Amino acid sequence: MGDTPENGRETADLRRSTGMSEEGLNGWFVREVLPLEAALMQFLRRSWPNKSDIDDLAQEVYARVYESAREKIPQPVKPFVFTIARNLLIDRVRHEQVVPIEAVADLETLGVAVDAPGPDRNVMAQDELRRLQAALEKLPPRCREVVVLGRIEGLSGKEISQRLGIGASTVSEHLATGMNALADLLFGDEAELGRKS
Amino acid sequence: MNTTLPNAKEIRERAADWLQRRNFWNWSEADQAELDAWLAQSPSHRTAYLRVEAAWENTGRLSALRSIRPAPRPAPKNRRALPLLMGVAAAAAIAAVVGSSSISTWFGPEVKTYATKIGGHEILKLADGSEIELNTDTVLRTSIDAHERKVWLDRGEAYFQVKHDEKRPFIVLAGNDRVIDLGTKFTVRREPHRLQVAVMEGRVQLQSKTASGKEHSVALARGDVVVSAGGALPVVKKSETQLEKDIAWRSGELVFEGATLADAAREFNRYNTDKIVVAGTGVATLTIGGKFAKNDIAAFAELAQHVLGLRVERAGNIIVITR
Repeated sequence: MGDTPENGRETADLRRSTGMSEEGLNGWFVREVLPLEAALMQFLRRSWPNKSDIDDLAQEVYARVYESAREKIPQPVKPFVFTIARNLLIDRVRHEQVVPIEAVADLETLGVAVDAPGPDRNVMAQDELRRLQAALEKLPPRCREVVVLGRIEGLSGKEISQRLGIGASTVSEHLATGMNALADLLFGDEAELGRKS
Repeated sequence: MNTTLPNAKEIRERAADWLQRRNFWNWSEADQAELDAWLAQSPSHRTAYLRVEAAWENTGRLSALRSIRPAPRPAPKNRRALPLLMGVAAAAAIAAVVGSSSISTWFGPEVKTYATKIGGHEILKLADGSEIELNTDTVLRTSIDAHERKVWLDRGEAYFQVKHDEKRPFIVLAGNDRVIDLGTKFTVRREPHRLQVAVMEGRVQLQSKTASGKEHSVALARGDVVVSAGGALPVVKKSETQLEKDIAWRSGELVFEGATLADAAREFNRYNTDKIVVAGTGVATLTIGGKFAKNDIAAFAELAQHVLGLRVERAGNIIVITR
């Protein structure tokens, strides 16, 4: 194990940050932070009046969480993520004045949201195939077809293009759209819809 | 602090575009460098990419549906598939037949899917006398007929003991790589963007399609270990004792010798739902040795704590090892 090619890269990453290796950080983010997305989205939707900002806000929360974790892995994770979300909303209100203060007047009480039910990891594991299947069903038909050929049949982009008689760039678009839609369905609060109680 | 919000839609589209380019089309070192640069540009880019990549890796489990649902035709309702799959999830770490059906009109011979959960280990005996041992968190499919024996390693690791048959080649397919048996015992371990083949006995041929679409091929003999990561195929020779350490999982063990803490943790994490995180300057590169039961994270944590003098903290299913 000691002679794997990853070692060099890891050492380089360690030099760059004071915390864990980049690989460890990425793994932590995927395991600990992404599963909170449904709860985070619910929190943002409840707390922020401008619904078209929600995805951008979530994205900014992720960026801030990731940057902070570079210095030190926060524990426990969930209150940390929600504190960042809350501070972000306060920032937005104060500095950008994008919404009247009253709209988020209950910000001070938002601490409760930290205990909002998030996705239970065991439930996620058990229901994973079911949710994946449900997510797949929700893709637009042509997009689903491309994703199925790529993911389940293991065809390359070129092979998909030949099989369906569509251009490479169209295949690329469908794949990218499908990948993002699956990420939303798997992590976002819409995932609740595809999950049995 | 940013004063403007990132444009999530735009960034996520870009991230997904990178991912599909990387997974489905020719991918060169220059492309990788370009992607690395984009990722380094902002934590928004990084997290958006991690998000879409994690979702996509997750969908790898969908390959278990392959033999159940012939793909090109979207089947709106397939109620039968579900109980079968859930039954498997419930049936602990059994290398169960996840799905099997006669879809010969679509794909030729019958395709059977087998899977183990995290920590699982199962032996699969094939009708031709060959044996496949599935390691932890592994999904593979088999298709065997009079002319060909094919195994798709969709994820994880397996140890193959192949009954050689001149007339019926035994081929293991994993992404852009194919391993052709020439009468032998070997392991194939698949990770995202990386495949490792180790030969314990006999000979195999590894063929690999590179990013630029070029085919590389290398013949491997006993003791050869090769890592295919979309480029050249460097072969490393390992001694018998080294090889035995690599397949210690067959007897439920993990054996380390001069392994870094990060590598050892990564190995343990493959077998356990509790995950070890190694953090802090210089901790990941400390080296350890020893023999562990593959699920004995406690023994590993103890070694880190008492022998290396590190701090071990548990938070939920995460065990953090720091200075």
